[in-house]
Amino acid sequence: MNIVVCVKYVPDATADRQFESDNTVDRVGVDGLLSELDEYAVEQALQLKEKAGEGTETVVTALTIGPEKAVDAVRKALQMGADKAVHVSDEAIAGSDYVATSLVLAKAIEKIAADSGSPDVVMCGMASTDASGGVVPAMLAERLGLPQVTLASVVETQGDQVRVKRDGDTATEVIGGTMPLVLSVTDQSGEARYPSFKGIMAAKKKPLETWSLGDLGVDAGQVGLAAAWTTVEDTTARPPRTAGEIVKDEDGSGATALTEFLASKKFI
Amino acid sequence: MSEVLVLIDHVDGAVRKPTYELLTIAKRLGEPSAVFIGPAARAGGADGVTEKVKQYGAEKVYVVDDAQIKGYLVAPKAEVLQQIAAQALGNGGLAAILIPSSAEGKEIGARLAIKIESGLITDAVDVTADGVATQSVFAGNFTLTGKVTKGTPIITVKPNSAAPEESAGAGAVVEFAATISDAAKKAQIVASQPRQATGRPELTEAAIVVSGGRGTGGNFEPVEALADALGAAVGASRAAVDSGWMPHSFQVGQTGKTVSPQLYVANGISGAIQHRAGMQTSKTIVAVNKDEEAPIFELVDFGVVGDLHTVLPAATEQIVKRKG
Repeated sequence: MNIVVCVKYVPDATADRQFESDNTVDRVGVDGLLSELDEYAVEQALQLKEKAGEGTETVVTALTIGPEKAVDAVRKALQMGADKAVHVSDEAIAGSDYVATSLVLAKAIEKIAADSGSPDVVMCGMASTDASGGVVPAMLAERLGLPQVTLASVVETQGDQVRVKRDGDTATEVIGGTMPLVLSVTDQSGEARYPSFKGIMAAKKKPLETWSLGDLGVDAGQVGLAAAWTTVEDTTARPPRTAGEIVKDEDGSGATALTEFLASKKFI
Repeated sequence: MSEVLVLIDHVDGAVRKPTYELLTIAKRLGEPSAVFIGPAARAGGADGVTEKVKQYGAEKVYVVDDAQIKGYLVAPKAEVLQQIAAQALGNGGLAAILIPSSAEGKEIGARLAIKIESGLITDAVDVTADGVATQSVFAGNFTLTGKVTKGTPIITVKPNSAAPEESAGAGAVVEFAATISDAAKKAQIVASQPRQATGRPELTEAAIVVSGGRGTGGNFEPVEALADALGAAVGASRAAVDSGWMPHSFQVGQTGKTVSPQLYVANGISGAIQHRAGMQTSKTIVAVNKDEEAPIFELVDFGVVGDLHTVLPAATEQIVKRKG
């Protein structure tokens, strides 16, 4: 079985995230890391491999797109247990929207398929922690002509059959599909493992390739800020909330103050 | 005037409130055409979908019977919209396609964008007459405005992004026979368990949300009682969901629901960045927490440092009394 797990290098959500003067996300000035939500995807990819067992050869390839430092995202995936990694890096990609991102991912997956066999599962996280659109898995499925089974909280497989449980918008659903498919998992799918010392050492010897757009046969004019199908006109930091009134509850005073406040704002 | 397609958000033909918000926004951009993908039997009649969307300005209602679509995920609906968009473009033009920003809605938009080579903006909280969409990003710390520059703008719009405005539309029904490819029928909905009705407002649509976190210690009764006194929806932090106290569908935050109500009351919730991402744009924020150092107090308009187990029941009693 071949599994490609797409991961993203994102600015640390707990840091002071900013935009550049061209309204793209500042990916250099802020410390970055493997998106927390993609760790769950790596975990589920590794669990699929473990479930497939020793007898079947399963290869988990971690794939990322991003600037030089983005290689850290696939390194972490290798440390967790992925077998191979691909880092697509090209200055022309900077400022790409969902559409171009999904194009580059699709082309990279096609190259991985040509080099070492078609993926049975393309695994993704539910969304990135920076743009948090959650649309790239569906776009990728559309581009690759694959079914999508997304936002899984529980993943079960039997042979090439995949069944997942998910919290839909209005119902809890069980979704079924046949490999090959695009699968995305949520943070409910199970705690992601920490890299072990052995894993960290082993990762150093695992194959890690860096590809440019030229390697993928993608024209630089198809990606990046200028080629985006959407444009950001303005970014404004939300004004900090003005400090509110804080009271200490003493002998029931808190409840009265709370009720008074809600009444003053006409919520009662 | 060009058409604006609005994908109707409904459960088995019961139209949900975001549909009316989308129609209200659509009127700014052109002539609203509602798209109903559902049981055709629910389209007509006094209580039918057509009557409902007409009242909010739908000039046209495309009715697509979902008999051959119902059991499948996302992909067939994207094909339906692609085919309706092509017809509208040929008729008199298409100004935009508005889709509810639910998990499914965003994925429909994603597939559609690639199909019709059009730009996609997700999670818009406002859209102006000239198509400029506003988004709230980085856990609500930034407001961003943007536009689609290629093809027909596809914009997914979050609940509570506009106050629904009634206005009579013609509501001309167009029965639309879509062709669904076999490829779109490969991800199947095997089973579906509708969420149990709580009798409370829907979390993402509610004007008031009362949430509980770790500080509840697993006892949500005081939170629920306050919610009911205020006519509010109940929410939960990730800590409360991970502890198994509340189902995931109640989770507010980065990996749960994003809410933007008039009033958000956080009880026993510390206010980590992941939680803020789901509620920071609420108009008024109130918190009750034992820990006066809790970061949630940095956000609040009003805060009580105290035990929610005593503060909430007392406040609930006073509120009920005032309401008479």
